[in-house]
Amino acid sequence: MDRIPILKVGDCLLVTIQVDMHDELAMSLQEDLTSQIAKYASRGVLIDISSLEIVDSFIGRMLANIAAMSRVLDAQTVLTGMQPAVAITLVELGMALPGIKTALNVERGMELLQAYLNQDVEPEETENDGAQE
Amino acid sequence: MSAFQEVIRNNEATILSGWMSELAGSTRRSDLINDADLQRQAAELLRLVVDAAQTSSDVQSEAFAGTREFLKEIAKSRMEQGFSPAETAMFILSLKQPVFNALRSSVKSTSDLMDEVWTSGDLLDKLAMLTVTTAIGFREQTIVRQQEEMMELSTPVVKLWDGVLALPLIGTLDSARTQVVMESLLTAIVETNSQVAIIDITGVPTVDTLVAQHLIKTITAARLMGADCYLSGIRPAIAQTIVHLGIDLNDVQTKAKLSDAFALALSRLGKTVVNVKTAPTKAKEV
Repeated sequence: MDRIPILKVGDCLLVTIQVDMHDELAMSLQEDLTSQIAKYASRGVLIDISSLEIVDSFIGRMLANIAAMSRVLDAQTVLTGMQPAVAITLVELGMALPGIKTALNVERGMELLQAYLNQDVEPEETENDGAQE
Repeated sequence: MSAFQEVIRNNEATILSGWMSELAGSTRRSDLINDADLQRQAAELLRLVVDAAQTSSDVQSEAFAGTREFLKEIAKSRMEQGFSPAETAMFILSLKQPVFNALRSSVKSTSDLMDEVWTSGDLLDKLAMLTVTTAIGFREQTIVRQQEEMMELSTPVVKLWDGVLALPLIGTLDSARTQVVMESLLTAIVETNSQVAIIDITGVPTVDTLVAQHLIKTITAARLMGADCYLSGIRPAIAQTIVHLGIDLNDVQTKAKLSDAFALALSRLGKTVVNVKTAPTKAKEV
């Protein structure tokens, strides 16, 4: 698989990562996603990583970067379905991913995004966290 | 080895009865094992040792495999019956005296006698050591199993409401336990699809920097998975310690009591608890 598919659902973009991420794939996802956000003027991005079993520091940083870039393009990122082992690994690596919203599964993630879009005001603290990065 | 086994074979009945009376004098536990069983085990062991000694004098060799197996079985069953390791070892060591007596009466030369006494004594010591090792190993297994069980018992993840989990921690938190706590909480969050988890540390006697760090890690991991994690049950003394140590709990939602954290969790899920006033007319209808 060369590219990770990005699906447009209304105002949001849906990315489900089904294969093990390698670095090139992560870079191409980053490029594709930012251009898609700009193209469709999307307001939300949902990244589901429920089938990812290994997340290293590079992928962790890439996820944080994607969230930061989306925010610059005025889109809120929600990360869903992180496995317990992955969460433990990221915490042990010292990557708490501040500024990324998380949800247990895609359904909850969509609810979160919808709530954010309806609210239509970006929360203060998220911006601050992003600036610290 | 020839003299040793020859002597035993020729004087089997005498040695056995001598052994029995030795046992009766030292560690006979008639409350735990009856005479017939003891006699049967002793005779069987004697037979195995003599057969094995025919080919080798090394306890660890192939020839002694059967003897070792039999001794391990004896040691295990004795531990289950309530014998101490020393009593189990004495079962073998009591054989020394009758064997020496038999050797003394049949080996005439003093130097030969010394050699025989040494080799047979050495053999019996090693066999006794084997039972002790087995008995202790058996006890260690029990301890390890109990440790695991305690670990699991002391970190139960309970479901308070649909979408609300609680983890009442009891006892000191060390790295090994934190790992178990973290994994069981995160797994439970996925299994029950919970949005809120409450870690209650009422039962944790001391919180130092390491424990606080472990707790913060667990809470961060839960947040990464998309669940909110609250900390409750912080006693005044612990609150003081935390501030003195300069631990930063600003990113963690804390509450004094589990009930407060539960109320917060319910409001986070958009639920409230209200009084239900039973209408008296309805009660009559029923």
